[in-house]
Amino acid sequence: MDAKTVVISVSILAAALVMAIGGYGPAKALGKALTEALDATARQPEASDKIMRALFVGMALIESIAIYAFVIALIILFANPLIGYIVK
Amino acid sequence: MKIFNVFPETIFSIGPVHITDTVITTWFVMVAIITICYLATRKLSVKPSFFQEILEAIFEAMEKTIKDILPLDPWLVVPMLGTLWILIGFSNLAGLIPGLKTPTADLNTTLAFALISFSMTHVIGIATQGLKGYLVHYKEPTWLLLPFHLIAEVTRTAALAVRLFGNMLSGDMIAIILLGIVGLLVPIPFSLLHIIIGIIQAYIFGILTLVFIAGGIKTKS
Repeated sequence: MDAKTVVISVSILAAALVMAIGGYGPAKALGKALTEALDATARQPEASDKIMRALFVGMALIESIAIYAFVIALIILFANPLIGYIVK
Repeated sequence: MKIFNVFPETIFSIGPVHITDTVITTWFVMVAIITICYLATRKLSVKPSFFQEILEAIFEAMEKTIKDILPLDPWLVVPMLGTLWILIGFSNLAGLIPGLKTPTADLNTTLAFALISFSMTHVIGIATQGLKGYLVHYKEPTWLLLPFHLIAEVTRTAALAVRLFGNMLSGDMIAIILLGIVGLLVPIPFSLLHIIIGIIQAYIFGILTLVFIAGGIKTKS
């Protein structure tokens, strides 16, 4: 195996791991946030407007962590800076 | 293999400036919005027509949302924030038209939007409470947190841009990859999901900008 093959195969593995691990945490967090919000709405239906707005903003903030992982995976796959060291 | 054409491609260049197809789509979206608004506001009346009623409902919803979050006159931010909301919303949905590329699936576009939101935060903060009054919020609760405030200024702007970009690009990519695997009919549910995500992301972009603006304004409570 030459150096280029090693870098490319490790990059693919790294991208897969980034998506798997980076998706796990936010998925759990999103589920928990939604559960809590539904719980709160069931208890206090008159406050549902406020809860839903906070839920949307919070979910966007949580989801952005998964999105960062996705962007990193894209960089690894399509704009890998490390291949530049191997291929002159 | 044209599966990677979710990324922007340069159509032509004016000197060092590359005009990509996402930029051209943005122009198209702008023309569409201006045309719609011109046609709808040509004959304004107290008894509103159908289109006028839709526009009024949109603006009233915006005003109400802003009033709930911001302890200021909502019309201070409605013109700017409403423009951002509508432009991002239309841009997110523009990719659904065949042949057009989602403008917000280009990091340059979303970074421009995020920089607008960044400057808006400071301009409104300074305009409402003066330079000194605005800078005071950096030392809350203590001076020790000043570096973190400064870091947050940069990271939250970058996060705004990357969030919108990542969401839109992932939607496009899922559609294209599925199209490569199964073809007919299966990508449609994902496109429907993409519509919802596009609208929600436009909403969230505006709401987060609002929250940042409100964070720079000291409430008297």
